[in-house]
Amino acid sequence: MEKVIMGNHAVSYGVQLARAQVIAAYPITPQTQIVEMLSEFCADGRLDAKFIKVESEHSVMAAVVGASMAGARAFTATSSHGLGLMHEVLHWAAGGRLPIVMANVNRTMGPGWNVWTEQTDSLAQRDTGWMQFYCETNQEALDTVIQGFKIAETVLLPVMIVLDAFVLSHTMEPVDIPDQATVDSFLPPYDPKFTLDPSDPHAFYGLVTPEHYMELRHKMHQAMQKAVEVTRQVGAEFGEVFGRPYDVVEKYRIDGAEIVLVTSGSITSTARVVVDEWRADGQKVGLLKMRMFRPFPFEAAREALAGARKVAVVDRNISQGHGGIFAAEIRSALYGASHQPVLFPFIIGLGGRDVTPHSIGSILNYAQEHDVPAEESIWMEVKE
Amino acid sequence: MSYDVPDQELMTPGHVACPGCGAPMAARYALKALGDNTVLIIIASCWSIIAGPFPYSAVNVPLLHSLFATGGSVASGVKAGLEARGLKDTTVMTLAGDGGTFDIGIQALSAAVERNEDFIYMCYDNEAYMNTGIQRSSATPWGAWTTTTPVKHPKEQPKKDMVAIMAAHRIPYTATATVAYPEDLIRKVKKAKSIRGSKFLHVLSPCPSGWKSEPAQSVFLSRLAVQSCIFPLYEVEHGEEYSITVWPRKKVPVEEYLRLQGRFAHLKPQDVQYIQDNVDREWDKLVAKAKATGQQVPD
Repeated sequence: MEKVIMGNHAVSYGVQLARAQVIAAYPITPQTQIVEMLSEFCADGRLDAKFIKVESEHSVMAAVVGASMAGARAFTATSSHGLGLMHEVLHWAAGGRLPIVMANVNRTMGPGWNVWTEQTDSLAQRDTGWMQFYCETNQEALDTVIQGFKIAETVLLPVMIVLDAFVLSHTMEPVDIPDQATVDSFLPPYDPKFTLDPSDPHAFYGLVTPEHYMELRHKMHQAMQKAVEVTRQVGAEFGEVFGRPYDVVEKYRIDGAEIVLVTSGSITSTARVVVDEWRADGQKVGLLKMRMFRPFPFEAAREALAGARKVAVVDRNISQGHGGIFAAEIRSALYGASHQPVLFPFIIGLGGRDVTPHSIGSILNYAQEHDVPAEESIWMEVKE
Repeated sequence: MSYDVPDQELMTPGHVACPGCGAPMAARYALKALGDNTVLIIIASCWSIIAGPFPYSAVNVPLLHSLFATGGSVASGVKAGLEARGLKDTTVMTLAGDGGTFDIGIQALSAAVERNEDFIYMCYDNEAYMNTGIQRSSATPWGAWTTTTPVKHPKEQPKKDMVAIMAAHRIPYTATATVAYPEDLIRKVKKAKSIRGSKFLHVLSPCPSGWKSEPAQSVFLSRLAVQSCIFPLYEVEHGEEYSITVWPRKKVPVEEYLRLQGRFAHLKPQDVQYIQDNVDREWDKLVAKAKATGQQVPD
């Protein structure tokens, strides 16, 4: 069934179809509509789940950790400072190998207080052990919630589904909402292997000495590495069932491209339009969309960029003292590759400033006119 | 009063608490009362150590160790998750220290009991951050030495009244207990188990290394705390019905309790008198609340 809905509600429908059993939430703009709609679903019986209305995001994550540990499929959503407040519990959820799914609506971190989109909130959580998927459209947000539970429950690591504030969260788009029976066949009920069971008591997350800790983290890292292949399989299977296949990255008009834009999130849609325009003009440009950020799909990125002469990475985020975070990852992926494209790292659109087709055109122009790789970030559209 | 102490042992030998620690005793009695259809949540505290290192466990029920500030929140999730799996009769009990309860965890605890989540929260109160090496908490009593309230500047504030805070949430059941009165403690845990909604149990837990007391005297100190009325045993139902469950045979001067603990060794006679005056006033207030509920004061 196709509906015209906003990104936040696309996430809510995804959670309903995934039959989450426990949802804990705390309101924060611009995420709130996700859990408002889920609260209604729980209240009117459209979703058979317990909705826990906690008093902070720290408690949100602790509650879904408890629910997941007790064997339930658990979901929450947050943004920005809410995600920041969860930080220590994010480590707990991932280290605890719990297949929680969370939507994070990318919102700028203060100060200055700002509710508009930027990716620094989620990217700052990159070392917590959560998988991260960046969505381009409302449809992708819905689809990634359903896939997210399947991936998380296969590799036993939590999944963060990331969508841009307002550009997706509050923007209406046509979205195909799959039927429940098909989703049920794609995503069977969660069958936890390790759980709190009074008939088979075990202790979880207690004291671990140096004798064992490192092995636990090594296993976690192996699970992360496995997640790349699992995501590809789940994305392909999703394509077979629902007609919309997904991969860890997406290559758009990349064949024969001399300049390749690397984007994530909704900027990708804008970049597609610009690539089409430049291609129509005979220019050899293409696009690499990074859907998965953690685990970082090194091989897929390297393979996609193997033919490019120049790579322009578009970062709507900033690691102060370093630069754009996707750019750092792409550089690291290219290290040691037989072919080394010239890389330009662009910072743009911080604090929710619009990134327009003109902005993307300026980025391509810059890349076209320069031949020496830039080590320092190139800040676009910064006022004097 | 019933003297029915169940035989079932759900705490195993081999825990790693210090000699004379009140915390494993409190947990042992509580688990006897709860039985094996229980999930125990341990909040970062001395019990993080007491339960034993991976791959061992000192309890024979499922144990979930969780972060310092999550005593109320993680229990809410565990209860919801168990119910989603159809385990509706399993009791969830959080066991946390005073730091995790009075300080860093009070927000999540207040929220969980305000929602009247169906769980038991047991605070074992050793009146300071003992696991990190004896730093003051808001449960540390007035005048006590800790490493952050040194003898030249002992704690100037009274102990936070956690039972009053919990009672102010009008939860179904709040009670105090000590390991000197196991039959009273077990009865209260059983009662808590029988009630749906939020239950808060505040257990005084002597800490020989932090209190600078003799390990062999922990139970005796717990008894003196009750008999001197510095830690009375009572329960509060729905935030307003108070009843004292153990009346002191003869009110013991609080000095007898204080002088067995090195943390109070620096106190001058007027300091002891100040504490005595406060204990007397608080006890009178408690007796008045119990009378207002209709409880008869024994002769």
